[in-house]
Amino acid sequence: MEGVRTRAIVSSRSRPKLRRHARLQYDPVRDAWALLSPERIFWPNEVSLDILRLCDGTHDVAEMIATLAEEYGADEADIADDVTAFLQEWSDRFLVTLEQVQEKDEAVLRPDLRGDQ
Amino acid sequence: MTETILPPIAMLAELTHRCPLQCAYCSNPVELLKANREMGTQGWLALFEEAADLGVLQVHLSGGEPTLRSDLAELIACLARRGVYTNLITAGVGIAEGRIEAFAAAGLDHVQLSFQGAKPETTEKIGNHRGAHEKKIETARRVREAGLPLTINAPIHRHNMHEVPDFIEMALSLGAERLEIANVQYAGWALLNRDALMPDRESVERQVQIVEEAQERLTGIMTIDFVAPDYFALYPKPCMGGWARDAFMVAPDGRVLPCHAAHTIKSLHFEQFGDWSLADIWRDSPAFNAFRGTGWMAEPCRSCERQEIDWGGCRCQAMAIAGDAAATDPACIKSPLHARMGALIEEAAKTAGSADSFQYRRIGKVVEPAS
Repeated sequence: MEGVRTRAIVSSRSRPKLRRHARLQYDPVRDAWALLSPERIFWPNEVSLDILRLCDGTHDVAEMIATLAEEYGADEADIADDVTAFLQEWSDRFLVTLEQVQEKDEAVLRPDLRGDQ
Repeated sequence: MTETILPPIAMLAELTHRCPLQCAYCSNPVELLKANREMGTQGWLALFEEAADLGVLQVHLSGGEPTLRSDLAELIACLARRGVYTNLITAGVGIAEGRIEAFAAAGLDHVQLSFQGAKPETTEKIGNHRGAHEKKIETARRVREAGLPLTINAPIHRHNMHEVPDFIEMALSLGAERLEIANVQYAGWALLNRDALMPDRESVERQVQIVEEAQERLTGIMTIDFVAPDYFALYPKPCMGGWARDAFMVAPDGRVLPCHAAHTIKSLHFEQFGDWSLADIWRDSPAFNAFRGTGWMAEPCRSCERQEIDWGGCRCQAMAIAGDAAATDPACIKSPLHARMGALIEEAAKTAGSADSFQYRRIGKVVEPAS
């Protein structure tokens, strides 16, 4: 974190990972999944949960979109924007990290993602 | 009681009133408890177990200075075992070698570290503690080294408002993920020192501009949360998210209160953990039910479309300024007493020249109550 600090931007090659201090856990009292973080508790809905569960540092964003498109029977192109925006927001809130694959940086994920696959 | 009672989500545990600093803006009660009034380790452990059973997901460990409790790591471990998210709220002065690492090993999730100033001389003056600033910088370094996420908390008032840009730079350089620019709320010692702490309108407006610009510029780099100053507001804050709605606090002696200033409402009695279970207090305590939900509200709250946004605002502020805990928070523009807030700002401005006469926070110090 120290040194020059810059904003992490989502690309198709990012590998989102839930931060160590953002904890996704089941709450038996409320029968719901909670994302616990410094000073805030989030109650992700089903779609958010499916995305968060893929944030384990092993899938890149392109793979996550492919997986989610299959699960939801949707076109990758139709969900790419939403998934990307979601991950950017959660990165900006310090809930996920966006480690890049060690290759030349891809263009920022945009609606033209189709060509990437 | 017709209001639906949901389980509490968060709890503020004021483990002790002891503190190495003497900040004049402290929101602790003017009558502070000595160490021999503090609840013991077994009491806190039992309370935390019941809190987890009840549905509490987040515990803020505060004080006073919570690290003065020698059992703090044990308390953290208990909460971590139950999956409760732990936030240590510390002044970061005088924490012995190895303890931060021990807290991290026990399962601590997050540290919130206060800075009274962005410059050493300001930090020393506000907290009345020599060398405090350097000790805090060192604590921040140790927190980051232990792999813990860090929030810098900057309590803002007349004497450090001009340092807001420096606070932002300092928090960035310390590797903080979050910075709280928290304008002081006038309860406890802060109420006693209100005239000495109250900023002027122009500085407040400049501060808001600076913070908004920085929030935009630092998106994804550092989160800046802003706690607006009540006396300059149009609408009140939803204090505690609504009285006894999803949070509560526990005083060092084990008394359970809906908020940390609720003791200023003398008509209420607060139960002691141990005499009552936490579940019984949450559900049945007359003090918790006194202002729960919207049923207690009078006009202008009763017919207000914002009643479930701000929940009538702060009961303790209504008590302090309207003399009636059931009144609309005078911070609200709809309150018949709203003009009183402006008058108090003007009154404080008259004393601005002689404002260095803080009543520093001390246990057992005899003080005159604020008017």
